[in-house]
Amino acid sequence: MAINLKDITQVIRSKNAGPFILTFDVIFKDFEIYGKVKEKHLINRDLIKKLYNIFDDDILDIVYFDDALAVKFNIKRRIPSGNFGDRDIYGAQQHAPVLDVVLEL
Amino acid sequence: MKEIRILSPNGILGYGFPLSSFEAGLNLKPDVIAVDAGSIDPGPYYLGAGVSFTTREEVKRDLVYMLRGAYSLDIPVLIGTAGGAGAKPHVDWVLEIVDEVLKEEKVEFRRAVIYSDVSRELLLNKLKNGKVNPLSAEPPLNDEMIHDSERLVAQIGVEAFIEALEAGANLIIAGRSLDVAEFAAFPIWKGFPKGLAIHLGKILECGAIAAEPGSGRDCLFGILRKDHFLVYPTNQGRRCTKTSVAAHSLYEKEDPLKLWVTDGCIDISEAKFEELDERTVKVSGSRFVSKDISHLKVEGVRFVGFRFVCIAGSRDPYFISSLLELEDEVKREVRENFPNIKEGRDYSIRFVNYGIDGVMGELEPRSNVSHEVGIVMEVVGKNRETAKTILASVRSTLLHIGFEGRRSTAGNLAILFSPSDFDGGKVYEFSVHHLMEVDSEKEVYKTSFI
Repeated sequence: MAINLKDITQVIRSKNAGPFILTFDVIFKDFEIYGKVKEKHLINRDLIKKLYNIFDDDILDIVYFDDALAVKFNIKRRIPSGNFGDRDIYGAQQHAPVLDVVLEL
Repeated sequence: MKEIRILSPNGILGYGFPLSSFEAGLNLKPDVIAVDAGSIDPGPYYLGAGVSFTTREEVKRDLVYMLRGAYSLDIPVLIGTAGGAGAKPHVDWVLEIVDEVLKEEKVEFRRAVIYSDVSRELLLNKLKNGKVNPLSAEPPLNDEMIHDSERLVAQIGVEAFIEALEAGANLIIAGRSLDVAEFAAFPIWKGFPKGLAIHLGKILECGAIAAEPGSGRDCLFGILRKDHFLVYPTNQGRRCTKTSVAAHSLYEKEDPLKLWVTDGCIDISEAKFEELDERTVKVSGSRFVSKDISHLKVEGVRFVGFRFVCIAGSRDPYFISSLLELEDEVKREVRENFPNIKEGRDYSIRFVNYGIDGVMGELEPRSNVSHEVGIVMEVVGKNRETAKTILASVRSTLLHIGFEGRRSTAGNLAILFSPSDFDGGKVYEFSVHHLMEVDSEKEVYKTSFI
């Protein structure tokens, strides 16, 4: 069954974790659905690579955190926060592609 | 003491808080008021320029209520990362505002001022001895980057705060600190477990962001006991839930299950989050795991140049469809017009095109273009005059540049303002964001008592 990620989550956000890293949080609404996503590891490196057109090396890690019904992933910034060429000092608006994810549950 | 009660007025000193929430917080009889006054999120400028991203009036407004309230209850106030970036000019700026408030309110506190600036010599020496390493994604540090740094600060932990409390201070104004330090210092000093104290600090340091609905400009209250803590917002219109509190340990950090401090980490993988009532969450099981070696994160920025900016828009489909090529052409014409000023060496030009990929740039997966586009023209130059000149030339060239299929021959841009070009001031970038090994935090911090 195909489900839009935005329909089963309460939070999809990005933010700096320091000036060199973007951290993304996806927080689900329901423990059961979160559990399925975790079990099948549906939010994974391949998905993130495709979403942002980046390489394996750009992805630092993906962590599932049960108490918060959350998945976190971290990617390296191509341009550190505030360097010439940066577009998002706080890194707070890099989440939108995650809103478009469709999962096969 | 059976418990420690901590009032966090807001996410950043100066962001404001509803007076009713703060008064409700005072009525809960806190033992300490603690606030985080800074963040690295606003970028490198503030550390470089020695100014805050908050304004004097904002900071003063919050301090008036905090100091008045703390004085009436005879409890200490702890401020971390004073002045936004936490270097000496920032700390002194907050101290000056504090002194003004104390004078106006006719109250006295025993003040401790903690500086956490790092000298270039210390960092160079540490680097030479292999005691400085990247946190994760940073490039390795070298001597040149340290020499180029305008200012260096280290994020100190609870030690300096505890020392100041021990010496009798009841108003602590500290430079760059761990977000949790000013919250955890008082309970750790009173003998409460480090793991819980720091975990509670992490939740309190953003004010009511860990509540629902979240807000950085409202209060959060924490009660720390020997084997658990409680947390809830003082504003009845908000509540803490198991998820809102648990999810907060994800916020702005890489690893949700570990919270690193100078001498170890808090492991929250075994932590238990329970909803005690509609608005209160109880947390237990957060453990402190100590490390043999202490590390302080050092932050530094270097000066890059001067920025000038012009904002304009276009609603013309022909211009928009050629925009990217035209921007390249503008760069070429500007180079040609000023043969003695070299792009790269003397200046850099950037166009940010909102409506195409303004927000995400290379990371943008979509290729559709909006019917109107916002264009930010930016020039960073080695000196102010160069930046100003090149930006003026970029703006006028793009305004009148001709192209295939052009109908709007009077001008390509809707220029937003007169004057069109803005002086963006000095530009800095992060040069240091590395971990420095120390035998003791005393190698860095210096405290003076007033």
